[in-house]
Amino acid sequence: MTTFSDPPPTSGPPTQAFSLGMLINDTRYRGYTFQFIALCALIFFFGWMIWNAIQNLAALGQDIDFSFLGQPASYEIDQKLIPYTSTDSHMRAAFVGLLNTLLVAFLGCITATIFGVIAGVLRLSNNWLIAKIMSLYVEIFRNIPVLIWIVIVSSVMSQALPSPRAFRGETPEATMAFWDSVAFTNRGVYVPAPVWNNGSWVVVAVFLLSIVAIFALRSYSKKLLFETGRLIPTGWPSVALFFIPSILAFYIMGKPIGLDYPSLGGFNFIGGMNLRGTLIALWFALALYTGAFIAENVRAGILAVSKGQTEAAAALGLRPNRIMSLIILPQALRVIIPPLISQYLNLTKNSSLAAAIGYMDLTGTLGGVTLNQTGRSFECVLLLMLFYLIISLSISALMNIYNNAVKLKER
Amino acid sequence: MSDTQTNSSVAFVQTEQIPPSPPPASEVGIVNWLRSKLFYSIPSSVMTLLAIAFIYWLCSIILPWVFNGVWDATSIRDCRDQLQGATGGCFAVISERWPQLIFGNYPADEYWRAVLALIGLFVALAPVLFFNLPRQLLWFTGLFPFIAYWLIWGGSLWVSIFALVGVVVGFFVFRALSERSFFGAIVAGIFATLLFWIFLTPALSGALSGIIPLMLVPVESRFIGGFMINFILGTSGIALSLPLGIALALGRQSNLPIIKGICVVFIEFIRGVPLITLLFVASVMLAYFLPPGTTFDLVLRVIIMVTLFAAAYIAEAIRGGLAALSRGQYEAADSLGLDYWQAMRLIILPQALKISIPSIVNIAIGLFKDTTLVSIISMFDVLGMIQGPILSSTEWFGVYWELLAFAGLLFFVFCYGISQYSQWLERQLNTGHR
Repeated sequence: MTTFSDPPPTSGPPTQAFSLGMLINDTRYRGYTFQFIALCALIFFFGWMIWNAIQNLAALGQDIDFSFLGQPASYEIDQKLIPYTSTDSHMRAAFVGLLNTLLVAFLGCITATIFGVIAGVLRLSNNWLIAKIMSLYVEIFRNIPVLIWIVIVSSVMSQALPSPRAFRGETPEATMAFWDSVAFTNRGVYVPAPVWNNGSWVVVAVFLLSIVAIFALRSYSKKLLFETGRLIPTGWPSVALFFIPSILAFYIMGKPIGLDYPSLGGFNFIGGMNLRGTLIALWFALALYTGAFIAENVRAGILAVSKGQTEAAAALGLRPNRIMSLIILPQALRVIIPPLISQYLNLTKNSSLAAAIGYMDLTGTLGGVTLNQTGRSFECVLLLMLFYLIISLSISALMNIYNNAVKLKER
Repeated sequence: MSDTQTNSSVAFVQTEQIPPSPPPASEVGIVNWLRSKLFYSIPSSVMTLLAIAFIYWLCSIILPWVFNGVWDATSIRDCRDQLQGATGGCFAVISERWPQLIFGNYPADEYWRAVLALIGLFVALAPVLFFNLPRQLLWFTGLFPFIAYWLIWGGSLWVSIFALVGVVVGFFVFRALSERSFFGAIVAGIFATLLFWIFLTPALSGALSGIIPLMLVPVESRFIGGFMINFILGTSGIALSLPLGIALALGRQSNLPIIKGICVVFIEFIRGVPLITLLFVASVMLAYFLPPGTTFDLVLRVIIMVTLFAAAYIAEAIRGGLAALSRGQYEAADSLGLDYWQAMRLIILPQALKISIPSIVNIAIGLFKDTTLVSIISMFDVLGMIQGPILSSTEWFGVYWELLAFAGLLFFVFCYGISQYSQWLERQLNTGHR
């Protein structure tokens, strides 16, 4: 049915001859032009930097070479989780440092959460004095640099505590705390060390199993509640499950786990476990500092749950502790957890300030002694960044998985 | 029933109103306050008593130390002699060494320049921070960076003047081109400024300072220290990272995949590594990446790294603000026919920036606190000054608490001030949209 007056058949908009001007003036192509220019600029910039680096390194007679990692480190590390001597390689020294970073980050995150939750909840307390003290804590710690706190706490550890010599003599100037089991000295804190004898694995296994049992009981009681409406007690059974099987196993196996108490020998303490002052200083300074930030997050999270939720739950006849655990906390957690993750990340990154007080973490080993000894600043700083990047990205990945699990399921 | 009552004779009728009796003594005044705020339940009473014991313990340590302190002594031994075994701080170290704590090793004859720059900073910040001040003051804010550079580093004023001329040239290039394309005009303006700085400023300022010197005594960067360097790094870091942060945030939100990818990688990389590693880069690595022969001032290198660091965090804060805006704002801007830059400038950014002000201020406080990290790469900021020259001097060996408390107090005053300002600003800007 083609007639003479019909327009010629076309598909789509009228085609227009492509001209170079369209690369700038046509919004369909402009994006590509800009991206292409940006990409070229980026490649040029990096190429320029690398070219400069090659020139500079050649002028200095250096090269990029990671083989120094295999050479003996020949320096001591006083705080270590795995065996290490000064004849071990730089790589192993860096690994000891990495473990020390993770140790202080792990301890710091747990302690900071405890401080933060306590301070955040108590800041909302009806008790005027307690609320004011907690506000003071939060404001003081938030507004003074963490490095100053680290230096202050480390000065307390090294200057204000007595030397091991003060514990000696008939009438010693200092005594051990907690029933003669812990000694606070300027050479570190001596705590009892666990001694694992034959059969101790049974006790540990029983303890782990009882924790599994507690979780099983809780999920069973929840399932029962949702299916039948019958509520079985979980509080006291959990406590009993936590203690009784382990204690029974401990005595049945004939007390396999003992404690090695530190005691004075010569000029120093022997036995027990020595937590270095630098570790404790870093741990507590980071925990107190980050705790102040977490306290603010916790407070904001609790305030974010509207009062109507509490009233509605009360109207349904829930008891106060059930209102807290079933209504308030799940909703508050949703607000608290994302900033909490970034606080954990901050704490981990701030643990690199160990360099200021001589705690041998990743920055102290790889970015400190190894860098200065070998002079390989290029390789050391690159590796240092890589390690921290891996730690940060994996923490945020783990936490995001958890965050997705507790997130509000929307429609 | 009521009938019988009306008929019977009434023995007593109260004719005037009984005056309200005063509330029980336990329900008013201090007693009520104590009862309702401190001792309203047994756990609360226990907590209150514990808190009072804690405060007493703290005061019994701190108060004698502060009030018994020695403010006039020449060395720590002198302090101990004056105290004669009593508890007391040796604050003489602060009164004797305060120029070092504030100015570092800046030449003593030139302190007035640093003080003038600090006063100028407050004048320059005032119109930015308080909107009801006369807008003409912003001219001074624009001029201030050049004046401050000249005051602090000294040298010829012509360097600053021609640096300023370069910016003006860039601005006119931007003005001339902004009709055609906003983004292109910005890029062209920046390029014009950079070209002017690199090729014309050294030659022109060198020629003119030969004729009319206008010189101040030049001060090298290594003499700049103390609290002053914290201030310089903090303010310049924040001022420079704001535009960069906005650009990164827009790039991360953009729908151009390559631009977005570059921004995401940059932001996540910077946020994933600690600032101290970036400072290591500034102190030992950055020199490798520059053309052979160029020497870069350490302060400038640190400012660059601090700026990049803060920009990544500010970008995330602004991205939060952009995400918080409702989709309708973007669509409304599109339906008005605005192009991308007009929509961003006129509709999106003003609202997004307002939402993100609290987080930006938090980042500013954090950056200001983090400037103490430069002490680790052996720059003598206030903490580096304390740990280095002062504590290792024979006179003041071992005066930890007084110095650290002083440094802490300095930071507390400024950071607390900034956070109070941000809360005030939030109330001012709360125009009731959300």
